[in-house]
Amino acid sequence: MENLTLKKIKEKFSDSILDVIEFREEFTFIIKKEALLEICKFLKNDPELQYNFLSDVCGVDYPEREKRFEVVYNLYSIRNRWRVRLKINVGENESVPSITSIWEGANWHEREVFDMFGVKFENHPDLTRILMPDDWVGHPLRKDFPLTKEEVTFTHNQHRPPKRIG
Amino acid sequence: MDKDIKIMEKEILEEKGKLSTKTMIVNMGPQHPATHGVLRVMLELDGETIVKATPVIGYLHTGIEKTMESKTYSQVIPLTDRMDYVANLSNNLGYCLAVEKLLDIKAPLKAQYIRVLLTELTRIASHLMWVGTHAHDIGVATMFIYAFRERETLLDIFELVSGQRMMTSYFRIGGVAKDIPESFEQEIRKVIKIFPKKIDDYETLLTNNRLWLQRTVGVGKISAEDAINCGLSGPIIRGSGVNWDLRKSNPYSSYDKFDFEIPTGKNGDIYDRFLVRVAEMRQSLRIVEQVLDGMPEGDFIARVPGVTLPPKDEVLSSMEALIFHFKIVVEGFCPPKGEVYQSIESPKGEIGFYIVSDGSSKPYRVKVRPPCFVNLSALNKLVKGRMVADVVAVIGSIDIVLGEIDR
Repeated sequence: MENLTLKKIKEKFSDSILDVIEFREEFTFIIKKEALLEICKFLKNDPELQYNFLSDVCGVDYPEREKRFEVVYNLYSIRNRWRVRLKINVGENESVPSITSIWEGANWHEREVFDMFGVKFENHPDLTRILMPDDWVGHPLRKDFPLTKEEVTFTHNQHRPPKRIG
Repeated sequence: MDKDIKIMEKEILEEKGKLSTKTMIVNMGPQHPATHGVLRVMLELDGETIVKATPVIGYLHTGIEKTMESKTYSQVIPLTDRMDYVANLSNNLGYCLAVEKLLDIKAPLKAQYIRVLLTELTRIASHLMWVGTHAHDIGVATMFIYAFRERETLLDIFELVSGQRMMTSYFRIGGVAKDIPESFEQEIRKVIKIFPKKIDDYETLLTNNRLWLQRTVGVGKISAEDAINCGLSGPIIRGSGVNWDLRKSNPYSSYDKFDFEIPTGKNGDIYDRFLVRVAEMRQSLRIVEQVLDGMPEGDFIARVPGVTLPPKDEVLSSMEALIFHFKIVVEGFCPPKGEVYQSIESPKGEIGFYIVSDGSSKPYRVKVRPPCFVNLSALNKLVKGRMVADVVAVIGSIDIVLGEIDR
């Protein structure tokens, strides 16, 4: 089953795979950022695997790590009914190659990751905020972003005492 | 004289060359009745033809994913209700299954059957909501009243079983919140007895209706390859002829025990999506009937010490049960470190939950894969080159719920 995926990826991209994790019968490949596009293309177009459906792209923040973000890709093969997960580690000021050239559906997912974590995607057609307002400062799903604090939006009618009287 | 006319003609032609046409941007929404919530679509128009449609979302963003990180695993369930508020039981199920996978536990058979039963009723309720509002948008206002009348009978069932019409939060990690009441089966049988006739009525009203056909056939087309490439799921992708339904392909919650078909379309237009959804309602009724016939006896929630609440009579008589009850309510439970992705077929498509656990009692990260979010992202593809009025029809046919898109 998924072992075929494991075998094929290990055969072809042995240098680019940093780790393979199996948990609850789900395979996660932690891969090098540079090999992302190639591996995605391979998984999508290989006639035996056909991971042609991009379920989800999401980010996870680990502030204590050297490369603090993880970008996670959940792929699905409609023909084989298998799932596989790819992961890359990204530092705060690094950018990730966009996979919109492979799956058009990645567009909004990547925008959401950018909006929520501030991870930049290279060659993305329209990398703007998607859920938060355009002028929002900060990235809400980062662990250091407070849950309840809210900026004061309107300050022009705040009452301030005059500096000098008379 | 002739010479003058010729010069004039030449001048006019030269003028014409300098005349330029500009496209116009029209904002549809965020306050627009046909956008089914607060969706704004920026339409770039050339006359009445759409050059580009850009959906602008986020008006309903409430930070549900961020809030989930500060709740214990059980406290997250009510939040999932508030995403797709038309099909909340499906959301509950997706989340509960994901946490169960993380914990490596399984709900008892009876709970699985109840879950299937209620999610199928939810599917019908959601499709009724869709057919009512969608038809209302296109111009068949009668349909709205019919669909909402029937939907009310289903909401009564949800109220009977969970105490709430909409925000049910009935499913629990490991099973369901409480046993089904005695009158449950009888009430559902009453409803599903009248339903096939009601669906026939809808079809009489719409399927061969000339107005309906004119507005839907050939509009909002998308091919199977494009649909897969864009990540569409649910009735949209099946309308394009892709036979893919997670209930069949990756069965969860004993869906493999029931006999049902997956309706698919051919052309991938609005009309085929309509046919697919109507056929799905009939299939759901079939499943509901099979569940009622085969409803097993037994527990309604798994007995996993430290994870599921012990029965109340035990709490009152046994020390250990009392301690467990207290600890689960106050602290929650701690699943092992790891991450899982679990998805189910919600009425709108594939809803997935990706949960990262760091071994504490609160999820480190919950990512929801909302079907409407991905389906809406293909809006430009569906409406490009069509008329403004078609946007309304296409948005209706995607069946979006903004609560889920914005989270």
